[in-house]
Amino acid sequence: MTQELPPLKLSGLEPLVIDQHTNFVNVGERTNVTGSKRFARLIREDKYEEALEVALDQVRGGAQILDVNMDEGMLDGEKAMVRFLHLIASEPEIARIPVMIDSSKWHIIEAGLQCVQGKAVVNSISLKGGEEEFLYQARKIKQYGAAVIVMAFDEDGQADSYERRIEICERAYRLLVDKVSFPAQDIIFDPNIFPVATGIEEHNNNAVDFFQATEWIKKNLPGAKISGGVSNVSFSFRGNNVVREAMHSAFLYHGIKAGMDMGIVNAGMIEVYDEIPKELLEKVEDVLLNRRPDATEQLLDYAELVKGDGKVKVKDDSWRQDTLEKRLEHALVKGIIDYIEDDAEEARLQLNSPLKVIEGPLMDGMNVVGELFGEGKMFLPQVVKSARVMKKAVAYLVPYLEEEKKAAGDQKANAKILLATVKGDVHDIGKNIVGVVLACNNYDIIDLGVMVPAEKILEEAENQGADIIGLSGLITPSLDEMVHVAKEMERRGMNTPLLIGGATTSRIHTAVKIAPSYSGSVVHVLDASKSVPVAGELMGKESRQDFASKIKTEYADLRESHQSRQKDKNYVSFTEAKRNRARIDWSGQPTVAPKITGNVVFDDYDLSEIRHYIDWTPFFQTWMLKGKYPKILKDPVIGDEAQKLFDDATAMLDDIIANKSLIAKAVVGIYPANADGEDAVIWKSEERKEEITRFHFLRQQGKKASNLPNLSLIDFLAPIDANQPDYMGGFAVTAGIGIEQMIEKFEVEHDDYNVIMVKALADRLAEAFAELMHAKLRKELWGYASEESLENEELIREKYQGIRPAPGYPACPDHTEKRVLFDLLEVEKNTGISLTESFAMYPASSVSGFYFAHPESKYFGLGKIEKDQVADYAQRKNMELAVAEKWLAPNLNYEI
Amino acid sequence: MDSIREILKERILVLDGAMGTMIQRYKLEEDDFRNAELKDHPSPLKGNNDLLGLTRPEILKEIHATYFEAGADIAETNTFSGTTIAQADYSLEHMVDKINFESARIAREVADEFTAKEPHKPRFVAGSMGPTNKTASLSPDVNDPGYRAITFEELKVAYYQQAKALLAGGVDIFLVETVFDTLNAKAALMALDDLFFEVGKQYPIMVSGTITDASGRTLSGQTTEAFLISISHLELLSVGLNCALGAKQLRPYLQVLAQKSDFLVSAHPNAGLPNEFGEYDQTPEEMSAEVEEYLKENLVNIVGGCCGSTPDHIKAIATTAAKYSPREIPQLETV
Repeated sequence: MTQELPPLKLSGLEPLVIDQHTNFVNVGERTNVTGSKRFARLIREDKYEEALEVALDQVRGGAQILDVNMDEGMLDGEKAMVRFLHLIASEPEIARIPVMIDSSKWHIIEAGLQCVQGKAVVNSISLKGGEEEFLYQARKIKQYGAAVIVMAFDEDGQADSYERRIEICERAYRLLVDKVSFPAQDIIFDPNIFPVATGIEEHNNNAVDFFQATEWIKKNLPGAKISGGVSNVSFSFRGNNVVREAMHSAFLYHGIKAGMDMGIVNAGMIEVYDEIPKELLEKVEDVLLNRRPDATEQLLDYAELVKGDGKVKVKDDSWRQDTLEKRLEHALVKGIIDYIEDDAEEARLQLNSPLKVIEGPLMDGMNVVGELFGEGKMFLPQVVKSARVMKKAVAYLVPYLEEEKKAAGDQKANAKILLATVKGDVHDIGKNIVGVVLACNNYDIIDLGVMVPAEKILEEAENQGADIIGLSGLITPSLDEMVHVAKEMERRGMNTPLLIGGATTSRIHTAVKIAPSYSGSVVHVLDASKSVPVAGELMGKESRQDFASKIKTEYADLRESHQSRQKDKNYVSFTEAKRNRARIDWSGQPTVAPKITGNVVFDDYDLSEIRHYIDWTPFFQTWMLKGKYPKILKDPVIGDEAQKLFDDATAMLDDIIANKSLIAKAVVGIYPANADGEDAVIWKSEERKEEITRFHFLRQQGKKASNLPNLSLIDFLAPIDANQPDYMGGFAVTAGIGIEQMIEKFEVEHDDYNVIMVKALADRLAEAFAELMHAKLRKELWGYASEESLENEELIREKYQGIRPAPGYPACPDHTEKRVLFDLLEVEKNTGISLTESFAMYPASSVSGFYFAHPESKYFGLGKIEKDQVADYAQRKNMELAVAEKWLAPNLNYEI
Repeated sequence: MDSIREILKERILVLDGAMGTMIQRYKLEEDDFRNAELKDHPSPLKGNNDLLGLTRPEILKEIHATYFEAGADIAETNTFSGTTIAQADYSLEHMVDKINFESARIAREVADEFTAKEPHKPRFVAGSMGPTNKTASLSPDVNDPGYRAITFEELKVAYYQQAKALLAGGVDIFLVETVFDTLNAKAALMALDDLFFEVGKQYPIMVSGTITDASGRTLSGQTTEAFLISISHLELLSVGLNCALGAKQLRPYLQVLAQKSDFLVSAHPNAGLPNEFGEYDQTPEEMSAEVEEYLKENLVNIVGGCCGSTPDHIKAIATTAAKYSPREIPQLETV
C-alpha cells in the first residue's frame, strides 16, 4: 500500500524537510537538564549565557533539531523554558534549526510553543493519562502548528515488548489521524529505547523489539516517523565511552535500516560505524541483536580491556604540526601573522630561493584565498588580513630577493595594474580595497594615490608598462575627470584597458559617457570582488578579444535603451515647476529665533562623545559585509567576521581616543535668512537689510502626480515678502586631522588592513560628528527642538525635525555651492578643511552642509533638470552657461 | 455570488493598492481625526489613519471606490493598526471594536455597490490584520535579548477582538499581512481558528509575509520557505509576500513560494524601492512591467500593491493581469 503524503517539514529560521532522501536527523540533546549535568548546573545558577554556548556547540556539532528540556525538581521549569527559548531566538546561528520542546508537563510544553516562531516538535505526549487528555493536547499542538512525538505509553504503562509497542502506536495513530485530523506526516513515534546488557534476562531483546516495532510502524502507519533517545541503550556501560560510542553507532546503524528517522544522539558520543574495531563491533552487535545467550558477559569482559575516554576535543593549533606548505596556506587563509616570518625563513632555506617561496607556497596560499573569496566562502576583512600576512612574508624575503636578483638577473613579471583616484578627488578606501584584492590574485599593483592628474596617470602607465589602468572617484565631478582621462588615452593612441570604479560611477554612466571617448576597452567594475574576474578576462590571451567585444556590445545596448528611456520621462517647464512649489503656510508658528547667530567654532571636540553617534551599518558596507548593525553581528553567514571586524574597529577607536591620534574640528553658523526667488539670502543682522551672501538652489522638474510638489530646498525658507524672520545654517566638520601620520605608520608595517580600517573609522567619526552637531544645533545652538530626546537609532532613521542637506548630494547636487558655504563659515581657517579644484573636501573624512529647521523640510532628490532652469541658475550664479552645465552634468536632462 | 475559491481557479484576482499613500493626498489635520466622541481625547490623533472610518468615512469610501474603479477585486479594510496593541499608542484601546466594525462596513458597502453594478466581477472585502508594533520573538532591548514586550497570549487576545469586529462588519476574507515576526502571525492564526470554531464557519485566510531586505529573510530572521512551513498548519486561501521590497526585488522569494506552497500565492509589493528620501517614485507602467514578470512565470494567483502604489498602479496591474492565467498548485511532493 502506498499513500501519497507530503514530507515532514519543520523550521527554525531555516527549513528542515524530512523526506525519503533525508538521512538520519540528529537531535541535539545537551540542552537537556535531565541529560546534561553541566547544562542543569548552568541553568540552576542562572548562567544562561554559558548555557547558550552549550546550544551553539550542539548546532556546530551538527545537530539538526535542538531538544530543550527543563524538567527538574529544583527549577521553575516553565520560566526556564521560556527564558531559554527567548534567548535562543536572539542567536541566529542556533535559531537556524527547529526546536524540540521536551517536557513531561503540559504547561511547560504550551509555554514553549508560545515562544517559537518556527514549526517545532513537541516531545512528547502519550496515552498515559487517557484518551481525553491525549486528544486535547494533540488538538492544541495542531493549532500551534507543531509536529509531535508520541511515546509508546498508555494507561497501563510503558510499552516494553514488540506487541505492546505496536498496539499503543497504532491506537495513538488512529486517534490522531481520525479524530484530530492531525497530519500523519507530523506524527513521530518514540517506541522506547531501553538498555540492553543489564544482566536481567528480560532486557536482552529490548533493542530487537525496538527495531521490529520500528519496521512495523513504518509499514503500517503511513507518514509516521520514528525517533528515540539512543544513549539509553548503553546505560549499563556508563563510564566506558569506548563501548558506549560503539553501541550507539551500531544501534543507529540497525535502527536506521529498520526505518528510524531521527534520534537524540550526542554527536560527540558516537563512533563511525566503519571505524569500530571488528572484535568490539561483533560483541556489541551480539548484544543488540540478542544473537547469543552469553553476549552480555562477552561484552562486559571485553569492556574491561578498552576502558578509555573515547573522543577528546582537538586543540586548535594542531596546524603547527602540518607540513610547511600547509602551514603557510593556513596562516594565509586564517590571516595568522604570528609565525609567518619563521615559516618564510624555513621555506627559504628549504627551497634555497626567496623567489621560489613567493611564487610557490605563498602564491599557492593566496590562490586558495582568492578562490575562497570568489566562491563567497571568505569575506573582505579576512582577505585583507590574508594580504597583510602575505605582505609581511614578502617584506621579510625582500633583502634576500635583492641578492638573488643581483645574481640571476631577469625574471618573468606579473601583470601590472595601475590604480589612481582622479584629480580633484581624495577618496580612496574602495580603491585600496581593490588594490589588496587584486594583489591577492597575483597582480602587481602600482597605486598612485589620490588627486592624480590625467597626465601623471598616463605617463606612469606608459613608463611602467601598466597592463590595465583603474580609475576611482567618489564625488560627481570625478565622473567628468574620468571622461577626460579616457579622451586623453584616445589622443595618445593608447590601447590599455580602462577600469572605472567608485561610489558615484555606474555602468550606465560608463557606457554613455566614458566608453564612447576611448576606443580601447572600458569596463565599469561594481565592487572589489568583481575586479578579479574582469582583470582575469582582460589579461587572458584567449578571453581578451571576446570579452572586449562583449562589453562593447553590452554598453552600446545600454546607450540605446538609455536614449529611448530618456524620452519616456515627462518633465515640466521651470515656470510650471516653480508654480508647483511646496507651499508652506508662513503665517502660522514663527520660526524659533536661534540662541546664537554667527559662527561657532569647536576646536578639538571630544572623540569619546562623538563615538556614541556612529552609524555602524555603512562601516560594514565599506568592508563589503552587507547587513544592518547590530543584527549583522549575529548573521549566520557573516556574523563571525563582522564581530571580529567590529572588535578590531572598537579597539582601534579606543586607541585613537586614548592617544588623541585624530583631532575633530567643526564650525557651525546660523544666520538670519530669507528666500528671494530661488535663492537664499543670508543677512548680516536681524535688521535684514544688508546681504552677506546668497545660496542658489535647484528645483525638481520631473512631472509629479497630483498633490505632489516640485521641490527645492528654498521652499523650506520663508520668502522676504512673508515678513517672517527666518534663519538658515551651515556646518563643516572633520575627524581626519592627524590621519596622515597614522596611515604612514601602518604603511611602513605593510598593514593594509589597518590603513583601510583607520580611513573607514575616520569617515564614520566625521559622519557621527555631523550627527552630533546637528543634535546640538537643534537642542542648544539654535534650540528649536530643545525638548528632543532621540536614541542614536532614531537619529540614523532621521526622525529629527529639520534637515542638513550637503552640497554635492541629491537635494542640491552642485558642488560649487560648497565654496559659498566655506566662505561664509570661514571653514579653512576654522577647521583646516580645504577644497580641491573639484570641490572635494580634504581631509576626506569631512562633512559639510546646510541646516533648515522648518518641520516640513525634508530630504529629496533633485533628479534631472531642463535647460531653462540651468540657464536661469547660471545667470543667478553669474556663471557661464557652459560652466554651470559642466558642474551639473549628471543632472542634465539633455545632451550638452 | 461565486465563491472566491471558484473564481480564483479561473483568473488572477487583483488586490487594491496603498491606503496610506492615498490618505496622504488629503493632507489631513488633527481635526480630521476627531469626531464628537473623540473631541476631548487628550493625546494627538493625527496620523492614526485607522480612525478615519469613524471620523471621515467618506474618504475611505472614495478610496475604496477609486481602487474598485481601477479594477481591484479585493479591497483591504483600513484596519492595519486596528488592534488594542497598536491603538495603545493613542490610548484608544476602547475604540478598537468600532474602528474594525466601521471600516469593514464601509468597505462592504462600496464592494456591494460595485458588485451590483458589475455582477460578472464580484468585489470582495479582506479584513486587514497588521503585524502590530510589537514583536513576540524579538527583544526591543539590545541589552536583554531574553525580554519580550508582548506575549503570544496577549497578541492572540488582541487579534481575536479585531477579527470578531471585522467579521461583524462584513468581511469576506481575513488578511494577516506584513508579517515581519512569524510568531505574531501564528497568534493571529490561532485567534482566527478560535473565532471560526466559535461561529461554526470557516472563512478564507490570506497570510502575507514581509521580506525586509536583500538578505531574503523576515525581520525575525526566517527564510521564505521557513516562513511558509511555520504558517502551513491552517488551511489557508493563500500565502504571499508584501511590502518592504518592490516587485522586482520580491520575485526570487515569490518563486520560492510558487514552487513550495500548496496554497494559492499572493503578492502585493511596494511601488519599487524608496529613493534616498523615502518616497516611492516607480511609475504605474514600471511597476506593472515588473509584475508582468510574475505573471509570465505563473507565480501568483492574487496580485496588488503595497506602499506607494496608487489606483493608477492598480489599473496598470489589473490590465496586465487580465492577460494571464493564474498559477496552478504544484503536485504534492510525496514521501
